[in-house]
Order: sequence, then C-alpha cells, then structure tokens
Amino acid sequence: MKRGVLHPGIMDLAKYPFLAEAGEYLRDKGFNLEQLGHPDWMPLVEKAYGRIITASSGQVYSSDIEKLKDLDKDMEILSFIVAVILLKAAGINTLTRRFSLAEARRSEKYLEHDLGRKYVSDKAVKDSDFPLKIIQELFSVKVVVENDEFMLSVPNYLQRAVHFHEKEWKLVNRRVATGFVHLTAHETVRLIRTELGQYINSRIQSITLTSIPDTFKARVQDLVQLATKFSDAVVISSDYPPCVKHAIEVLEKGENLPHSGRFLLATYLLARGQTTDQIAPLFKNAPDYNERVTRYQLEHISGSSGKGTKYQCPSCDKLRSENLCFAIPDCDGIINPIQFGKKRKI
Amino acid sequence: MLEKDTAIVENAIKEYYFNHFDLVNVPPKHTQREFGYQKINGGMIRHIAIKDNKELHLLLMKEAPSDVYCSNAYYSFPNLPMSEKDWKGADLIFDIDAKDLTLSCRNDHSVFKCGSCHGIMPGKQSACPKCGSTKFDVVSVACKNCISESKKEVKKLVRILGEDLGIKKEETEVYFSGNEGFHIRVINDNYEMLGSQERADLVDYIMFNGAMPETFGIKKQNNSKSTLPEMGEAGWKGRVATSLFGSKTKVPKVTRQIISDGYLAFQVKLDEIRQTMGVKVDPKVTMDIHRIFRLEGSVNSKSGLSKIQCKNLDDFDPFLDACLIGEEEVNIIANCPVLIRLKNKKYGPYANEQISVPKYAAVYMICKGLASVV
Repeated sequence: MKRGVLHPGIMDLAKYPFLAEAGEYLRDKGFNLEQLGHPDWMPLVEKAYGRIITASSGQVYSSDIEKLKDLDKDMEILSFIVAVILLKAAGINTLTRRFSLAEARRSEKYLEHDLGRKYVSDKAVKDSDFPLKIIQELFSVKVVVENDEFMLSVPNYLQRAVHFHEKEWKLVNRRVATGFVHLTAHETVRLIRTELGQYINSRIQSITLTSIPDTFKARVQDLVQLATKFSDAVVISSDYPPCVKHAIEVLEKGENLPHSGRFLLATYLLARGQTTDQIAPLFKNAPDYNERVTRYQLEHISGSSGKGTKYQCPSCDKLRSENLCFAIPDCDGIINPIQFGKKRKI
Repeated sequence: MLEKDTAIVENAIKEYYFNHFDLVNVPPKHTQREFGYQKINGGMIRHIAIKDNKELHLLLMKEAPSDVYCSNAYYSFPNLPMSEKDWKGADLIFDIDAKDLTLSCRNDHSVFKCGSCHGIMPGKQSACPKCGSTKFDVVSVACKNCISESKKEVKKLVRILGEDLGIKKEETEVYFSGNEGFHIRVINDNYEMLGSQERADLVDYIMFNGAMPETFGIKKQNNSKSTLPEMGEAGWKGRVATSLFGSKTKVPKVTRQIISDGYLAFQVKLDEIRQTMGVKVDPKVTMDIHRIFRLEGSVNSKSGLSKIQCKNLDDFDPFLDACLIGEEEVNIIANCPVLIRLKNKKYGPYANEQISVPKYAAVYMICKGLASVV
C-alpha cells in the first residue's frame, strides 16, 4: 500500500504519527471519528489524554514500540490522532505547543536510533533511509550518508546551528570538507528538534474540526481546566527591557522559549545581581523543565561552575538577528539590554 | 577637498568613465540590486534602482560621482526604503585590507596628517609640532609589500572557500579594491540565503576564531595520541596538523610534547595558528547583508585607482593595471614626504614643492590629501 511520498510502514507511523500518511492509514483501515466516539473506545481517549498530560508536565510519552503487536501499534497512532482532536477542541495554544515539543522529542529518539542503525544489517539500512526521507521531505534538508557519518551542506548546517550557544556547534569546531559538515546521528537529529516541534504544531493548527463525539467532551473540559494554571497573571518589573519581559511572559505561559531566549534571560538577571536560586524558578514552567539541568546551566553561565567564565548578556544586535528584540521607544540609543533605563538618547 | 582640487578630480573621473565604459558594467541580477553613489564633499545617495548599463553610464556622466556602490543583496524593490525593500538574498562578500594585516612596512609608507592644522608629518608624533594638536589622520600610500601580503590572504581565502566550503573557482571573483586591498565576491545559490548571524559564524570559520582544543583532540585530561588530527585531513584539522607537526617524521615527538604540555598550552598554540593561518578578512563586511559595496570598474576616491577584477592574481599590479586616469601633465603643489610608485615611475618625496606630474599621479596625491592644484 503506497501512502504519500514517504511510503511509511505501520512501525514508522507508530514512531512518527504526525506524518500526513498516518491519517490516510487510519482511513484505509476504516477508522472514523464517529466510530471512535463509541464508549468501547474510551480507553483510547484516556490514553490520548494521558499523552497530553505527560507532555504538559514536561515529560516525554514513551512506549516500547518494538515489542507492540500490530493492533497496539494502531493504538499508538490513534492515541496521537485523538490527542490532537482533544487539543484542537480545547483550543489552548500553550497546551498544543507543549504537546508538539514533547512529541518532537519523542520522535527524536526514534529518528536518532534509526539513523544510527544504518550499518547494522541490510534491514537496518531501510530503517535509516526513512528518517533521512522525513528530514528531506519535511524540512527540505538533504542529509548525505558517508561511512558512519551524516553530512549536511554548510548553509543548511549554519541556518540551524547558529541558534545554539555552545561553542562546539560553531562551524570552526566541526569537520568541514567540500561544502559539507560531518555529524553524528545524535547531532543531526538535535539540529532539527525545533523545526520538528514547529512542524507538529503547524499540523495541529491546520486541522479543522466541525464537531467532536460526546465521549471526548469531559476530557476536553479537563484540558481547559488544566490550562488555567498556565495563565496566572504575572507581575513583571517595569524596569526590565521589552526583550526580557517577553522572555519571562513566554515562560510564564508555559510556552517554549528558545535556547537563545533563555540565555538572554539568565545573563540579564545575573548581570542585574540576581542569584541562580532567584532565577531558577522562572524556568519551572518551561515545557522541558528539569531542575537539575537548569541549575547546572545557570551556574555555568554565572561562572560559578565550569571554567569560571561569566557569560555576558547578548547585544541588541544579536537579539535582533535572533528575533528576540521587541524594541520600544525607551530602548533608543542602547546597544545592550543591560543599558535599558540607564542610558537615554541625548 | 578644496574647490579647485574637486574640479580636477571630478573631471579626471568623468574622463575615465567616458573612456572606459567597457570596464563599468552592472553585476548579475542588477535589476534586483540597490545602487548608491557619493560626490566629493557630498553625502551618500542610495536606494537607486538601475535598469541596464546604459542607465548606469548616463548616471556616471551626469553626476561624475567620486564613488559608486551596488548592494550585495537582491531585493524585490531595491529603490524603496530599507524596511520595504523585501530582501531576497545576498552574495557572499569579503574585504581584505592591508591596513588590517599589522605589517611592519606600514610605518614606512604612512603619513600623519594633523587633524587640526592639516600639517603633514612622515612619522608618528605625540603632538603636532605646529599647533600642538594630538589628533592625527593616517594616510597610507602605495606599497608593493602590502599588496603581496594581501594577495597571500586572498589565496588562503580562495583555498578555504574551495576545499572546505565547496565553492568553485568560477563562482569566486577577486577584485582589487581600488586602494590597499582586495574584494572577493561569491555567487553561489546555496550561500546567498544566509543571514547575518550565519555569515558571522562562517567568517569565524575562515578567520579560525573560537576553535576549541577538544575539536583537535585535546581534552582537559587523559589525552592520547590517537585523537590528534592527522596531516592530510580535510579542513582545519589538516591545516592544524600541518602547522603542529611540519613533517611526518616529527609527528611522534611533537605529539608527546603536546600531550605533556596539556590543555591550556594547546589553546595558546591554536591562537598562534589563528594569527598565522586564519584569513584576515574584515568580519563586518561579510556579516552585513544590506551593504552597498564598491561597484566593479568604478574609481575609488581614496586613491583615484579603479576597482577592477584580477583574472591572474599573481601577475596583477594594481599600481599599473588599476591606474587608469589620463596622462597629461598637471601642475600641483605636493607635500608628500614618502615615495610613491605609479605606472612603474617614482614620484617624490616632495616638501611643499610645485611640480608638474601626469594627471593620474596628481589625482592620486590630491585624493590622499598630499597635494593641491596650483
């Protein structure tokens, strides 16, 4: 059976249920929304709800796909689809974004695993071709495989790697030859994480829903209720520049702030004299929050761990190029957010 | 610039354009590019769209601009204000300037000009002997060594562009800048969509900025010889290996030394390699995706020389090949304490002397602020 351009099998769809081909597969098998509304399917609705709850708490839903029977693989695909319907009916963007990011991280695991299997056996070769196809079809990024390495063209690499602050992502710290950057499977997948999250989010946004089965409605209400905890009013000091306010607002809403935004927030608040203990709680709403990692990173940025380098707040120029600048007239004349409120145009 | 000096320079430039229209052509995708120009003592006029060579030549004759520029970027609407232009991409450009190469010859051909009384001094002084001002402008004149050292940087750059970044020779155009360096333009579809930040990282690669010891196999502890780069490897790994080892016979000894010296010493080594092997380009130029860059074939008013393409870099002599102003004699008063070589002839030094020299030499000295029309 051929579906779309990717031709995924049932195992692929269980791993990557956000592909357009998943919907076609279920239709081919005779599933429809009306049928799923039957009380017999309640366990599926619960499974889908659980998938959203896991994502909303910053965890990644996982199941041992390799060991599942075909029928259970169908349930994996269906629970994703029903989760999308529940989210769409609840209409809470924050929840949808968290779910998208968590699902991106879930599939990242499979992408990396499948890419890495290229040289295990002939069957594995087929496994690794599929993630390469996904990357090419979804993000127009051609990954060339040579020996046990994955190669991206220099421009494709740069467009993604510049969003990372860690020095090892700088082009100068990569193996570069004849226009290509050499990467491991893990690095290749890490590069596209943000795009994968955005892709899943845009897929969910593009769905139109006319009505939902009655059996779904209680869980939709629960999601609306759950979302209220993300929308508590936040008091932000008026002394902060608009870029920092924006970063705090995004986090407080439980939405994903890109790495560069988190770096801005941490370096700015550290420069203003706040301690890592005061700053760490700000990140607790982030979809991928992990207290230990957050503290480690804050200590690293503050210079109290690692090599002792204290990182400086990025310049306005840098923030502009990262789309993190939300300049207001009061910003006039400053070149770094730290100067906000101190320097005024003469 | 004084009015009489302006007149002679403008006339010389106009005459140059009239005689050399063949050298001044619009670049590829010209209808999507922004053009701009400047007149002597005037401000920059930009956001101009140009249809074809004819329209460009008409502008040159009408305005006799001292400097002409064209964007490296392509836009949907090149003549609208920046925010409405709709950026579509930009050529990758590089600027190599002899003044950034910290060459020892610079002092021998640099003149210091008092910012207050405009008095000329051959060497650096703490204060102007005439008026006591401590502000100086530095004027540098033609130097063969500066050009040959700049050419070495161009060759390093072209090699990295080709071997590491996969940019073909035919996609790389090398130009003499019209003063003391070279401009390199890359026309390659894959690179034209890169934003400023991506170009900044690309420049760091070319300059060898930000390299970590870990990349070249040296960790903070437990180092072994197997992780060090090998000579002949692609990219910076191979170049670093060549610089560290020199020859294959030295590999075992140098490897032992590197491992025993440790992490920090290796970082210092990488910094030395950056200074010798990194290409000294001006990072601001490459990062700028909205720049208007000197147009090929146009005159550079800092010298009166032309920005022209170097088909054969080794044989290229800018003080002959790019010196295209007329030859008739002009009377000037020159205050030029250093020797100048143009078109294989020597001029100077002059100490406030009235002299008669070919127009190209007169224009060169006037543009440098070292002479004035009688």
